[in-house]
Amino acid sequence: MSVKKEYSAKRKRFINNTIVHVILAILAIIWVFPIFWVILTSFRAEKGSYVSTFFPQSYTLDNYIRLFTDTSILNFPQMFMNTLFVAICSCILSSFYVLAVSYCLSRLRFKMRKPYMNMAMILGLFPGFMSMIAVYFILKALGLTEGNLIRLALILCYSGSAGLGFQIAKGFFDTIPLAVDEAALIDGCSRWQIFSKITLPLSKPIIIYTVLTAFMAPWVDFIFARVICRANADQYTVAIGLWRMLEKEYIDSWYTSFAAGAVLISIPIAILFLSLQKYYVDGLSGAVKG
Amino acid sequence: MKIFKKYATEFPTPYTCMNAIREGGLETKLTMVLMGLGNFVHKQKIKGLLFLAIEVAYIVFMAVVGIGCLSQLGSLGSVPQQEVWDEAQQVYLYTKGDQSILILLYGIAVILLTVFMVCAWRCSLKSAYKAECLEKSGKHVNTFLEDLKTLTHENLHRLLMTPPMIFIFAFTVLPLIFMICMAFTNYSIIDNHLMLFDWVGLDNFVALFDSSSILGSTFWSVLGWTLVWAFFATFTNYIFGMILSILINRKDTKAKGFWRFCFVLSCAVPMFVSLLIMRTMLQPDGAVNVLLRNLGLIAQDASLPFFTDPTWARVTVIVVNIWVGVPYTLLQLTGVLQNIPAELYEAAKVDGANPIQTFFKITLPYMLYVTTPYLIVTFTGNVNNFNVIYLLSGGDPVTNLSSTAGSTDLLVTWLYKLTVDKQYYNVGAVIGIFTFIILAVGALFTYHRSKSYKEEGGF
Repeated sequence: MSVKKEYSAKRKRFINNTIVHVILAILAIIWVFPIFWVILTSFRAEKGSYVSTFFPQSYTLDNYIRLFTDTSILNFPQMFMNTLFVAICSCILSSFYVLAVSYCLSRLRFKMRKPYMNMAMILGLFPGFMSMIAVYFILKALGLTEGNLIRLALILCYSGSAGLGFQIAKGFFDTIPLAVDEAALIDGCSRWQIFSKITLPLSKPIIIYTVLTAFMAPWVDFIFARVICRANADQYTVAIGLWRMLEKEYIDSWYTSFAAGAVLISIPIAILFLSLQKYYVDGLSGAVKG
Repeated sequence: MKIFKKYATEFPTPYTCMNAIREGGLETKLTMVLMGLGNFVHKQKIKGLLFLAIEVAYIVFMAVVGIGCLSQLGSLGSVPQQEVWDEAQQVYLYTKGDQSILILLYGIAVILLTVFMVCAWRCSLKSAYKAECLEKSGKHVNTFLEDLKTLTHENLHRLLMTPPMIFIFAFTVLPLIFMICMAFTNYSIIDNHLMLFDWVGLDNFVALFDSSSILGSTFWSVLGWTLVWAFFATFTNYIFGMILSILINRKDTKAKGFWRFCFVLSCAVPMFVSLLIMRTMLQPDGAVNVLLRNLGLIAQDASLPFFTDPTWARVTVIVVNIWVGVPYTLLQLTGVLQNIPAELYEAAKVDGANPIQTFFKITLPYMLYVTTPYLIVTFTGNVNNFNVIYLLSGGDPVTNLSSTAGSTDLLVTWLYKLTVDKQYYNVGAVIGIFTFIILAVGALFTYHRSKSYKEEGGF
């Protein structure tokens, strides 16, 4: 009797396991399917936006080659360099801001500390691009919306509110024992030395996280870039370029190249994201664990 | 006021402005008029001169441009651009009229500068009083170099916080005040108020609340959809992500890492790329319809109206949002789920509960209790979720041609359309303020309940 019962329990478990695995497999296919499809499309030889078959009839590398050689209408290499330049500059500036502000809020006690944190919270509640038009007018008043200065405008724009995104880095600094700071103070270190010689070397993960999130922002933002660049096609970033490839006048000839471009910029970002997943999770779950 | 008192008691210092005015010597009192005098007298020559330079610069600035900007702020300019026939050159010349938008911008900038000036003035007063007190009691008065040196130690926060603060004020606070002011003007393409506009008080708010007008009815329907969207987007992701996480992390599931990788892969692709891909796939002739036709599930010339039928479109954006959002939820909730005490599950098993009962009686209540702040943050995030809607459906389909919003437009995408495409800047600003109010209510709720509020006390 007990053997039979055990047998049926085992069988039930087997059925359950099979069901779970089948469900997971179906879901995984649904989730990977669009990515798979865009990779397929990027190698598709047939032109045109929509084709009547799901799998391409023949495969080619032309879409990738065209992206880098056909620069007459949509200059992808130029956009790539623009974005790279803006990304590097804004990354340096905003990482410094984020780390400096987080360190101050975590370690130093001063009168403006709590008002500052409250202000950051309130400012964070406004829809970010509500002020976009106003930012454009300010940049225009400063004369930064013409020619190459647009790049400077974009850099200012992306690092402008960096000082408000301190929560994750502050949470990390909070976990470094205060005793380390106190020991250094007794040894005669100044606060600046503690920051640059002790805290920063101890916080490599969060520095990597901050630098990379700041670096990625210009690659994926297209709202601000579009408002600031307007018609200056030579200053476009990759995001606007990809968006334009899907506009009515370009979609027919550029569709497969859009897929190629999407794959190209996704690869580095995907690698970064997958390797930094842990920090991302740690940074976010800090707030939940409380 | 209470808050300020709290701060004052946390950092007690005898060198306040009130004390300086009440007990300071003659030179300190004169500092009120001539900034830096107190420091100059008390061995801090460079510091005193710097304060003086600030004051002179401010006065010169105000005299040259500042006063002019402020005086126009009330009327926002009145000279329209005019065509003048130039007899000599035989062409029409355009005289430069007033541009209200610049007048408003400069006016606000001048006001902000004045606020900073008041701060500098208070600083100079305090520092003069401090120098006086120190010298009177025979203590050492810092030289300018020593003052600079404190920036790397006691006053490190000033060194590190000032540059970010300048950026925040220039690119976040100033634009925000500017936009809020716009809500009280008639700056829009209606009646051609793009160059010259006036203050209209609360008219825009009234117009938006008037549900008999087109604008008003659009507002209410968009607001309703925004709340519905935020609710469904939050909870579908939350529950679905939780179930997925439980399925993957079951004891008996094989190849956990592989499954997780499959799902996380989609959030490694930049969001705007994956959304654009989804959009093209769901077009009438897109990949999904082609696949369904090839499989024979729908007729050869038929296509499912993913973005052309209002109800379909609304369901589609919510479903696609599940696709986009669940991997993130998976990443964020896995840790919390594993913190649920195992005894609870064991007890349930002994009592003979099935998995569905366990989920609804143990997992869900526990998770709701622990992650309320997370949920509210996600909810407010979804109210503000510009990317998903704008890149996916663009707010389409537009059912009512006279209204400016489509059936899937959220408040934020509507705001974007109104300002960028339609140039109804004033209405856009009002909508922005409403979005802020909705979010602020949500956030107040969160932060007062969250643990970090109780522990920090500052949020």
